[in-house]
Amino acid sequence: MSEGTIKKFMYVNRKPPYGTVYALESLEVVLIGAAFDQDVSLAFIGDGVYQITKGQSTSDIGMKNFSPTYNALGDYDITKLYVEQESLTERGLSVDDLMDIVYEDEDDDWAEKPSIRVVSRAELADVIAGQDILLNF
Amino acid sequence: MLHTVNKSPFERNSLDACLGLAKAGSAILLIEDGVVGAIKGTTIESKLTETMQSSKIYVLGPDLAARGLSEDKLVDGIQVVDYGGFVDLAAENTAVQSWL
Repeated sequence: MSEGTIKKFMYVNRKPPYGTVYALESLEVVLIGAAFDQDVSLAFIGDGVYQITKGQSTSDIGMKNFSPTYNALGDYDITKLYVEQESLTERGLSVDDLMDIVYEDEDDDWAEKPSIRVVSRAELADVIAGQDILLNF
Repeated sequence: MLHTVNKSPFERNSLDACLGLAKAGSAILLIEDGVVGAIKGTTIESKLTETMQSSKIYVLGPDLAARGLSEDKLVDGIQVVDYGGFVDLAAENTAVQSWL
């Protein structure tokens, strides 16, 4: 990647956590990719919305609960988590069922702001269309 | 017979295949990613309520908890079991069909 070139990267998440390794692998790649100072966003579509539900408790399935890690994304300047409204609705969920993921805005006296942006399918289509690189999990 | 389903009904047709071939009086247990189908207000809720007129539907509690889904969000009539309950269901039924 040539120095000074900033591309728009989007990580597209469409699987629930824990049943397969996709969600965890996506998060790992997001964190690794954060070192490259690109314009990064995440999309949660379809069953991907279950990755960021609040109150996940994995003590009885013997797996690590990696959901708290999404709260750290803001520290890596990853502040755009797009969630498709239709995906929530189809699954009997609302934004209230999702974690309160926030970031500190350095351009606004480090005010805490929500990272999650619930958007319609049509709005998300526009966001996807504006990306340079799409990584799918 | 005990039928287990471990895939999300929003991604795969495992649950549909199961419901189509499970006879009345079956026990159907949703596990792993399959548990997301047990929530109230989804696009598949009516299929579950229809099935429960002749069969029983169970969901594995630990897999619900892992995905942040609380038991008060379940479709009415679905029973939560733990691992011990899973073993009981397997023992009570003559055979187990795992819809993958």
